[in-house]
Amino acid sequence: MSTSSAELSTAETTSAAAGDGPNGRPPRRRAPRKYPLLPYVLLFPATAVIVVMLGYPLYRLVQLSLQDFGLPQVFGQPAEYVGLANFREILSEPYFWTVLWRTLIFCGVNVAITIVLGVMIALLMNQLGSKMRLVLSTSLILAWAMPALTATVVWQWIFDTQYGLANWVFDRQGESWLAEPISFFMVATIIVVWMGVPFVSFTIYAALSQIPTSMLEAAALDGANGRTTFRYVIFPALKPILLIVTSLSILWDFRVFTQIFVLQRAGGVSRDTNLLGVYAYRISIGENAFDTGAAVAIVMVLITILLTLFYMRALLKEDDV
Amino acid sequence: MIKSRSRRLWLNLVAMVVTLVALFPVYWMVMTSFLPGREIQQTTPRFLPLPGTLDNYRRVFERDFFWTALKNSLIVTGLCVSLALVLAFLAAVAIARFRFRGRTTFLATILIIQMIPAEALIISLFRVLDGWQLVNTVIGLVLTYLVFVLPFTIWTLRGFVHGVPVELEEAARVDGASRLKAFWKITFPLVAPGLVATGIFAMIQAWNEFVFALVIMNRPENQTLPVWLQAFNEGARGTDWGGVMAGSTLMSIPVIIFFLFAQRKITTGLTAGAVKA
Repeated sequence: MSTSSAELSTAETTSAAAGDGPNGRPPRRRAPRKYPLLPYVLLFPATAVIVVMLGYPLYRLVQLSLQDFGLPQVFGQPAEYVGLANFREILSEPYFWTVLWRTLIFCGVNVAITIVLGVMIALLMNQLGSKMRLVLSTSLILAWAMPALTATVVWQWIFDTQYGLANWVFDRQGESWLAEPISFFMVATIIVVWMGVPFVSFTIYAALSQIPTSMLEAAALDGANGRTTFRYVIFPALKPILLIVTSLSILWDFRVFTQIFVLQRAGGVSRDTNLLGVYAYRISIGENAFDTGAAVAIVMVLITILLTLFYMRALLKEDDV
Repeated sequence: MIKSRSRRLWLNLVAMVVTLVALFPVYWMVMTSFLPGREIQQTTPRFLPLPGTLDNYRRVFERDFFWTALKNSLIVTGLCVSLALVLAFLAAVAIARFRFRGRTTFLATILIIQMIPAEALIISLFRVLDGWQLVNTVIGLVLTYLVFVLPFTIWTLRGFVHGVPVELEEAARVDGASRLKAFWKITFPLVAPGLVATGIFAMIQAWNEFVFALVIMNRPENQTLPVWLQAFNEGARGTDWGGVMAGSTLMSIPVIIFFLFAQRKITTGLTAGAVKA
């Protein structure tokens, strides 16, 4: 019983991806005999909005990516289907691959830092007295609650060229952090990690507090030190929830937009700092190349689906418990 | 576990450092918003808002389109939250209370939808809304937000409705209440706190959203607060950090307060709900 309770609780947090109610119980009623259509009537409005506002744009996105769609078509000229020409165009362009790799690397680095810091802070929270824990978790909630835009603007101010705090701290008068790709991505990483860590910490902490103390005591009695306890007791218990949190972080950091967009406007460099999402936006809205922009967006969706499959597998595995 | 005093001390010290780092940008934003311009334009920064001023806030209030942006944000957020709650509640009741064909498919679809990067849809959504004459309209933006808020609200509310035992309703029906009345009088009040928490989360999403608002509401008089703030930020760069920070503070503080209230109730749902607040 005690061995599985940690896993059970994480299963509860992720509640039943397979479709049954929490705890795997099926819902109790069939549709009332008098109104067999009632559940469908209840589902209709939400479904309608999703189909019209998500399904249709998705369909249009695929359509755009297969058409020749530029400025003339915006003004009503009929769009011609060109097959996979748009995809051929972007895939044969070295710059697209640069952006793709840059996006994947940025995502990987950010996720790694977020998860490591998040887990460390969760472990710390677990060891603290209740007062200090409250202080720490409240401050984490504040960081978590900041809107992405204002967070970016505040960090932009901290790294301001003229009067920024960072230039004073590092004694670098007039340093333009956002004008160089490396320091640009450093600032972006700080923002993304700062906003991403609290979610990881809270989720991991919730899972940690479910690990029965008897297990930890047993490990201590057997002479395990901090590191071995983590390795053989805590880590295995955390593994499923860690997998889920990591998958989610990957999905989120892969699509980072606001931070990059705002920092680019401030720094003035976009070619060397574009990530996939911003890139698709720029060629569509900026250059009116809706067709290739759509193709880039499709690539983005496809990669996301690939990543999601891993996430779903983690969720479903979790559910077998 | 052995808890020596020095270990305790170290842990608390580390926790203090983490707290400061997490808190600092929020403090810096609020602090700067009260500093007069000449104190901001110093290469050696000030760490306390002394002498403080409300000048920055006055400039925000007097700036073009601030009040329209605030009004737009309130309308869009209000509509989005109320519509999302009604639609999501109906759907959640269907899922939590009935067994029917297509239920599992619906739930799986909801989960998958949340994974689609909204950022990839900007282009086609803009084209679609443009075709329907919905660019630069409140309806266009609200409908867009609904799609990204609904899956999460449905998923979370489903849990809340499920948490109310059907037996309670059944007992009321034995006492002669109609099915609808039993639901309305028994289940609904018990789900209400869940509705509030879920509503707050939808509210934060709509209030904070920047990218779609930027594309869909592209006229100055239609801007929502985030878009207005970014325009201010770009226009005033390097000269008016006090004003920009005052605007940021005005936009962030309500969110932070609401988030503090709702966070505990929702965190568990977030892992499955996959919404980044």
